Amino acid sequence: MSADGAGVSARRVGGHERVTGQQEYLADIRQPHALHVKLVALDVARARIRSIDTTAAEQVPGVSLVMTAADLPQPVPRFGPQFQDRPILAVGETKYHGEPVAAVAAETKDAAEAAARLVVVEHEVLPAVFSVAEALDSESPLVQEPGMRPDDPLAGTNTLREHRFGWGDVDTESADLVVDNSYTFPIVTHFAIEPHGFMAAPDGDGIVIWSAIQHPYLLQKMMAKLLGMPLASVRVLAPDPGGAFGGKQNAKLEPLLAFMALHTGRPVRLILTLEETFQAVRRSSAEITVRTGFVEDGTLAFQDIEANFLIGAYVDIADRVVGKSSYLGCGPYRTPAARILARAILSHTTPSTAFRGFGIPQLTWAREANLDEGAYVLGIDRLELRLRNLVGEGEAFIPDDTPADGDWAQSVRKAAELIKWDSPVPPGRGRGLAIGLKSGPTAALSYSTVRLLADGSGVVYSGTSDMGQGARTIFAQIVAEELGLPLDRISVVMGDTAVVPYDQQTSASRSSVIMGTAVLRACREIQAQLSEMASRLHGIETSQIVVEDGVVRLPDGEVSIVEVLQQGLGPLGGELVGNGEMRKEGDPDHPLGGSAAFFEFNCAATEVEVDQETGETLLHRYVTVSDVGRAMNPIQVVGQDEGAAIMGLGHTLMEHIILDESGRIQNLGAIDYRIPTSNDLPLELISASVENGDGPGPYGIKGIAEGALLATAPAVAGAVREATGAFIRDLPLTPERVWQALQERP
Amino acid sequence: MMPAAAMAMAFTVNGTVRTLEVATHHTLLDVLRDMLDLTGTKECCAEGECGACTLLVDGRSVNSCLMLAVEADGSEITTVEGLASNGELGPLQQAFLDKGAAQCGFCIPGQLMSAQALLARNPHPTVEEVHDGLVGNLCRCAGYQQITEAVLAAAESVNR
Repeated sequence: MSADGAGVSARRVGGHERVTGQQEYLADIRQPHALHVKLVALDVARARIRSIDTTAAEQVPGVSLVMTAADLPQPVPRFGPQFQDRPILAVGETKYHGEPVAAVAAETKDAAEAAARLVVVEHEVLPAVFSVAEALDSESPLVQEPGMRPDDPLAGTNTLREHRFGWGDVDTESADLVVDNSYTFPIVTHFAIEPHGFMAAPDGDGIVIWSAIQHPYLLQKMMAKLLGMPLASVRVLAPDPGGAFGGKQNAKLEPLLAFMALHTGRPVRLILTLEETFQAVRRSSAEITVRTGFVEDGTLAFQDIEANFLIGAYVDIADRVVGKSSYLGCGPYRTPAARILARAILSHTTPSTAFRGFGIPQLTWAREANLDEGAYVLGIDRLELRLRNLVGEGEAFIPDDTPADGDWAQSVRKAAELIKWDSPVPPGRGRGLAIGLKSGPTAALSYSTVRLLADGSGVVYSGTSDMGQGARTIFAQIVAEELGLPLDRISVVMGDTAVVPYDQQTSASRSSVIMGTAVLRACREIQAQLSEMASRLHGIETSQIVVEDGVVRLPDGEVSIVEVLQQGLGPLGGELVGNGEMRKEGDPDHPLGGSAAFFEFNCAATEVEVDQETGETLLHRYVTVSDVGRAMNPIQVVGQDEGAAIMGLGHTLMEHIILDESGRIQNLGAIDYRIPTSNDLPLELISASVENGDGPGPYGIKGIAEGALLATAPAVAGAVREATGAFIRDLPLTPERVWQALQERP
Repeated sequence: MMPAAAMAMAFTVNGTVRTLEVATHHTLLDVLRDMLDLTGTKECCAEGECGACTLLVDGRSVNSCLMLAVEADGSEITTVEGLASNGELGPLQQAFLDKGAAQCGFCIPGQLMSAQALLARNPHPTVEEVHDGLVGNLCRCAGYQQITEAVLAAAESVNR
């Protein structure tokens, strides 16, 4: 085994750059002669645009272009990963607070900002919908023109789609107890510390786009279609994102920048403010009603879920979030009957998109909180109730679909042990425990190329984006393991579609498993070539040669890979090139278009104390346990688990976007929208992994980056309930909300 | 648009004296990033809340988005680019690397500079003191435990 190979906490590839300030993020890349872009938006959500006067703005010295929808091809091109519904600039009306109506390009940032302030937009505020209730009211205005969805019976409503799943018959299943309640999950925003940024420049007959995007190849495909260019003429440069969390999966303002670059013939550059970033991405809020039917002994009789997700003004990937998450809404439990109805509901709010957990935190919150309520009424321990219904390894929890890919009870027992579930609860405190389950990708395609150079160093090419999850390190460790190279002799090249082979996307915690397998296969191809070389050099059959652990084993001893390589290459030198592909086909008959490649299973447990005077919740201890298959790099697994848990504590305890009556975001920016700081940590935060080597990735790994935030909210709320007697069904559990609940206790 | 007023200024950045003419409304952060090409210092919230732009001005940690460049006239500035000497990482940088404290890395320059200021005034911080010292530096990867471990390890390595 290599010193830097599988299972080792190897130092982060790219870590040196990150601690020295040399890591080049998008805003650090300088394009000589670039024009600076500033957006023009209205301070209202929905308004009819009567006219746009750019005269004054155009007179500002240094201004090259003030672009409005009128300067774009007509009809204005629209784009989106699911529906092509988002126009490049607002057409006719704005549909959410901050939607750009015009954009200025100027020689300096100062000039662009000054000119943007001088663009006069005559507009009329229109009635709008900002909540599920408003959106579903048949008297309310429509967010989307019905003509956008011809032949869709829902086109005359604000419901974009309804997703229905289930099995058995909920209505005939007999239950001793039915617990029926509704739960809400707030609008929250990604708040990557790196605000979104974009650049574009003409490149001969083609174009170059810079974007800190998670899916460079999806952006390439979309831009090629929008611009009518061949894929080969669209080059996407995707520097490592400074945090993404799903918010940087899909195109936002890249199309606008591309048209501005082509219009001016110059490179253009737009770095959003944090406020503009808040107005660009968010997580979908949800109102979820759960009816759980229990048999007296705590066994589930049925689960009946109705989830209304408030997506934004444009769909982005939000409808997929709704469908994919609600499919798994009933969790990893054995239930004879299930009925799930989930709606993706349009509103005049920020377009919601993927956000770590992809809808699962919302459903998990409602389902697990409801299970707790049932356990209380039945007088059954909450841990015991979950273990009684949890499926065993290899058992299907959705009929005829992928069975449990791990012994999940191990994770639950470990979390219970670490929180000391069986010990008496100290006075004034309470404990909670909850389970989250998320599916990995349902279809996937990644290619990788690995080059073994003549001096025994290696280069890996991958279209994955390393946004902090540490993909570069994982891929380098696979090469280290397979070819016996130390990490400091391996380079990982990413983020340039002119250089790296195709990759579908960086999402659903797939990269270690899917791209990792492609890297592994590329290495195995090189091993085969080394075997051929050794066969030639030593005059023995390849069947008698084994390449492993960085050496070439021959019947009468072993030779280092580098020795075989150099002798085999001969005086001209050269290199060995391996290509790997990992393809997981979809299944058109599956409700999600494909089965899960793996599951992320997590159990969260906590012990809290609630200040009866202020309603403040103090977390004494928080435990997160994930079934990771195998920890490829333990220190990175801990980083992902702790980070996800703390991020989950954000939406559990403090984060929520607040809208005013005209749909404007009231807490726009870092002062008013609070995320966890170093002073918001549990007094003790423990992350642990279950490792049984049962994942589908190299060496038995599974994807791990999202598990630890799935069940945070119900674990904490369950603990607050035990500490105070108050069931709170709305997030976040702010001190005011908890205090209020304390006052309303029976 | 009113023409921007400009002013000549001089300061020492990472040991090098820099003399330049800056627009009076430009922040120290703007000038370092846009005029001196020192892009290690990051911009996020631009309102002094996130700490991504933290650097040292005469040894004090400062949100450089809130300080006009002209206010730094005559000062000694240390940015993340000034923490390593002769290609050798500073103790905090080494500890951040060893403890896996940098994930996406965007907040890390600011975390390092706040930690540098903390250890200068308190060479033996407790966990709580590290949390208090770095409370103005947001990390959305939420690597706070590993960052804290790194700061404590650096303190130990320096004081050994």
